[in-house]
Amino acid sequence: MSAETFRVGFLPLVDAALPILAHELGFAAREGIQIELVRDMTWATVRDRLLYGHTDAAHMIAPLAIATALGRDRPAVPMAVPFVLGLNGNAVTFSTQLAREVGLGDTLGDPAMIGAALQRVAAARKIAGKPLRFGVVHRYSSHNYMLRYWLAGVGIRPDTHIDIVVTSPPFAADALAAGEVDGICVGEPWNSIAVERGVGHIALATAQIWRRGVEKVLALREAVIDERRDAVEALLRALHAAAAHFVAPDTAEESADILARPEYLDASRDAILRAITDRIRLTPGGEPIHYPDFMFQHREAANFPWRSQAAWLYSQMLRWDGGAYSAADAATATAVFRPDIYRAALAGSGAPLPGASSKLEGGIGEPIGAGSVQGRLLLGSDRFFDGRAFDPDDIQGYLADLP
Amino acid sequence: MRIAIIDTSTTRAAIISDGLREAGLDDLVLIDPAGALIAQIEAAKPEVILVNLENPSRDLLEDFFAMSRALARPIAMFVDQSDAEATGAAIDAGVSAYVVDGLSKQRIKPVIDLAVRRFEAFSRLQRELDEAKNALTERATIDRAKAILMKRRAIDEPAAYALLRKQAMSTNRRIAEIAEAIVTSDALLGDME
Repeated sequence: MSAETFRVGFLPLVDAALPILAHELGFAAREGIQIELVRDMTWATVRDRLLYGHTDAAHMIAPLAIATALGRDRPAVPMAVPFVLGLNGNAVTFSTQLAREVGLGDTLGDPAMIGAALQRVAAARKIAGKPLRFGVVHRYSSHNYMLRYWLAGVGIRPDTHIDIVVTSPPFAADALAAGEVDGICVGEPWNSIAVERGVGHIALATAQIWRRGVEKVLALREAVIDERRDAVEALLRALHAAAAHFVAPDTAEESADILARPEYLDASRDAILRAITDRIRLTPGGEPIHYPDFMFQHREAANFPWRSQAAWLYSQMLRWDGGAYSAADAATATAVFRPDIYRAALAGSGAPLPGASSKLEGGIGEPIGAGSVQGRLLLGSDRFFDGRAFDPDDIQGYLADLP
Repeated sequence: MRIAIIDTSTTRAAIISDGLREAGLDDLVLIDPAGALIAQIEAAKPEVILVNLENPSRDLLEDFFAMSRALARPIAMFVDQSDAEATGAAIDAGVSAYVVDGLSKQRIKPVIDLAVRRFEAFSRLQRELDEAKNALTERATIDRAKAILMKRRAIDEPAAYALLRKQAMSTNRRIAEIAEAIVTSDALLGDME
């Protein structure tokens, strides 16, 4: 029997690690499937290749999968996300000038305090007729939603007090250097590259804004799931094994070697290694600091697609795109995340499988045990920086209460 | 109907615009890929925008289209399922297209079809060019290998070529590969005797 092949689209980012490692280290072969990686430079191209069958699956920013299913800016296509490729792993980087004006220190500061200082600068710049401008990687990205969540939470109204524009990751450092933007919110290694080039200073890890924020997902057209269900489940097991390997001690060097290669990230091996090991160099020439769970790829069933994560993304889509709440859209958006497929794929594997498909997001302070249908599940803090919690069953109430 | 062409390859952009002009579509704007994209598009106010699929600015462009108040919000071409095939052909050829709302499909289709044909023609040209380049390099390598054999074995050119050919046939490889191996080993070991 010939191996089933999955062509998987990706952007050169550290969190494309799982499909790359599943291919390179034989986890896919062990499941009887083959992965062919297709690299692109924009999310628009990754999405188009997925929609028109150039690829079978894609490494994708989670909100884009939902926007595609909802038909935002284009015809709707039913989508499925059966696996989360990682939580967080992004950072907010200021230009060196803005870092000076805000008075950033040598460590990762408190989001509320940095926000208060940034608010003063933003107000002054607005009055001077030169409002601050920040770049995010895509309008439908977790970066956009995390940055906006933080800014609004510290009294800086996006689109009013501050401009937010789209800057593709590979060009983010250039945009900072050229003064086109005063700050960026992108994934690694692009923050580190801005720091290494001496044009940026990392202000925050997005994990400080939401401790367990959903980031990249494995997205497929729903039709592919229906046609190739067994092979899709094999793909999920391969990715799950790759994730366990990725977070194991002593594998980071090898992972960094592979990811740095020209056909994958084609970027600095050291910057990649620092991201994988949660060590971040904040300032040019500074010593890397250790920020645990900067990237979060596997523990606590991190790969499980919680429907409440999709619901939170939908709430932010409404918050920033405008438009009225629609129960039908909310249902479509949350149904993109497919915990049922995740459970079916990993049943009998020993992997912890949550019993629920949805949870209160931001409700956990101290690690607690959670209900599971298989294995023992412990969930760590998933706090938002402002202490709010999101109830997926009350999107309207949540939105009404947000600043 | 004003059409804007945004392409990282200025040669391909020229090929497409020539084709459109020949078809009588002469309200064209070529966007300079090295300049400020958004400002150029805002000034041009196009109704159809052709962008090469792998253009690194597509995320930025889509954001601009979605937010734009200057333009009548261009959206990804072909908005219903019946056109999936045409859109697929465009994606295969490497074109992505955006059209402002309300333009009739009959008016857009010929533009897209033409762009697709021109993109395909460009890819074909490029392939032929690459093959020609490869053939030239291969010929040069074979000439060098022959010269090495002639010198070291004190044989004439036909004999050197016959030797290459015989080795290629007996090892089931191409003459260019054998020549490459000889040139490489000569560079590494040539002065050992």
